[in-house]
Amino acid sequence: MAIETQILQLIFAGVTVGSIYALLALGFVVIHNVTGIVNFAQGDFAMLGALVAVTLTEKTPIFNRVFVADFNLPLPVAIALSTLIVSAIGVLFYLVAIRPAQGASIISLIIITIGAHFVFQGAALITWAADPYSLPRFTSGGPLEVIGAILTQQNMWVIGVTIFLLVLLYLFFDRTLLGKALRACAINRTAARLMGININRMALLSFALSAAIGALAGIVITPANSMSYGDGTFLSLKGFVAAIMGGLNSATGAVVGGIILGILEMFGARYLSSGYKDAIAFVVLFAILFARMSGWLKQGQTQTEEAGL
Amino acid sequence: MQLSGKTNLIALGALVIVLAIIPNFLANNYQVSILILIALYTIMTVGLSLLMGYAGQISLGQAVFYGFGGYITAWLAVRNDVPPIIAMLMAAIVTGVFAYVVGIPMLRLRGHYLAMATLGLNVIFELAVMQETAWTGGPDGFKGIPKFSIGDFVFETDREMYYVVWFFALLILVLSLNIVNSRVGRALRAVHASEIAAEMSGVDTAHYKVAVLVLSAVYASIAGSLYAFWIGIISPSVYHLTFSIELVVMVAIGGLASVWGAIFGAASVTLIAEGLRNILPQLLRGASGEQEIIAFGIILILVMIFLPEGLTTGSIQRLRKWRADRAMVADLQRSVDVMGGEPPRAA
Repeated sequence: MAIETQILQLIFAGVTVGSIYALLALGFVVIHNVTGIVNFAQGDFAMLGALVAVTLTEKTPIFNRVFVADFNLPLPVAIALSTLIVSAIGVLFYLVAIRPAQGASIISLIIITIGAHFVFQGAALITWAADPYSLPRFTSGGPLEVIGAILTQQNMWVIGVTIFLLVLLYLFFDRTLLGKALRACAINRTAARLMGININRMALLSFALSAAIGALAGIVITPANSMSYGDGTFLSLKGFVAAIMGGLNSATGAVVGGIILGILEMFGARYLSSGYKDAIAFVVLFAILFARMSGWLKQGQTQTEEAGL
Repeated sequence: MQLSGKTNLIALGALVIVLAIIPNFLANNYQVSILILIALYTIMTVGLSLLMGYAGQISLGQAVFYGFGGYITAWLAVRNDVPPIIAMLMAAIVTGVFAYVVGIPMLRLRGHYLAMATLGLNVIFELAVMQETAWTGGPDGFKGIPKFSIGDFVFETDREMYYVVWFFALLILVLSLNIVNSRVGRALRAVHASEIAAEMSGVDTAHYKVAVLVLSAVYASIAGSLYAFWIGIISPSVYHLTFSIELVVMVAIGGLASVWGAIFGAASVTLIAEGLRNILPQLLRGASGEQEIIAFGIILILVMIFLPEGLTTGSIQRLRKWRADRAMVADLQRSVDVMGGEPPRAA
């Protein structure tokens, strides 16, 4: 394979994976902006989204093969329904675990979201056991070929859905009153409250939105990579690294961070060491955190950090 | 929770007596091994409790230090025939130095960033152990680690090992109680309450935070060495991220700033985990027992919402407040009686 084909192929793969990280990072940013919480269970929304969608569309044995789910819904309906269900789970999570702990310390909040991660993971294990599941491809056409490098249709779906969601979110945050209210909370919670914005409702909305984005991210990758109950952990970790790369409060930054991370991972796995592929995200994380600390990336400093986060 | 020196001594004495006679009542090795696990987890939880509760720093990578202790010990004892106690000591020193080196930059991070960075350390450690097979044995790990011994005496059985492990657990407990009730302990609490205020009062906060991390790492390393001698085999699965998080659960349940709570946390989590592992497969046909994590998740959330100081510290505070309230009401009642007026009506 020619070197430029190889590089292009890695970029294709990197952008695809990176799109998923970008969506997860967006989920982190939305919740963090509005509530100041970093939700360690973010990746579980993706896991749940994928597994619920599989259950709705295919014959799936659940609860230790005690039941067989046989809804047999068409894929688009299953996807929409799964996104809604996971969004509702996100709301429930907020109402049950986050709202009652208002005013808790950061350590307590971190532990709560880790607890939620355990709950989601355990519930998924009970429901779907440890088997990997996958969805059918969205479309069955041939791949796109550019100077020998291949971009499959599913990869195009991943990238396309990411772009579509970004546009949608942009319109939501920029053009609707609700979106502007969310942004106001992100800029200054107290001021937003004084302007008559219901902070609690905004926090709830941020969890609903973030869970939905997460679910969609999980759904679009599941035809290409399979999904099982434990996959939420790494998705959370990498989404968080991507979010930090973008400064943790910027949607654009999160997306750029996710895509750069995806590409770095692919190149690292290919040219450095495939065994250490999952370590690349953390090496990047350390590099960024320490660089920022020593003042090289000062502009990345956000309001929340100044507030002592 | 602040206990006076005398209360600590009495509690410690009682614990020693209970621990000394318990093995006589144990029916089988399974029960002994659970008590050994509790001791190992206590050692680590005490350290993590100092770090989280007193210094206010979270670590989601404590399994790394446990792994360092285990692997270095195994490497020294198996490949280089170093006597167990020396291997353990050397492992503790190396782990301490390692914690110092990573701690200096890392502890400048805060909150979520520190949590993620320590988690990242754990992931990298796991990968490194799997990849560097020449040093670590890869996925198979180290086999044939010798039993713990001092001089010619070899601690062969689980029951003998029980005393060794608890000896170290108690030693570390006493050491930690002393630290907590010393100038250092006060400095640490100051760091937790407000880093800026502590700094203003002349506490070198960065220095103390790193010192506690090193201490907790050395504890973890000792636990890791003891585990390696006890089981005889170590492999990467032991040092998984989940273990680091389970330790945080133990600290959370025991109380974020309580040395005694650490024992309670370690014991209750171990017993709950073992209980669930036995019960779940019966309740849920074919369950592997791994589903226990859901119970931990729920416990974690409930404790953090209702008793953020931890189950022990939190309940004691509640109890004290309740007693104080009742005493106040009683006082009021008495004064009303003396005055001969109407009793105050509840608002």
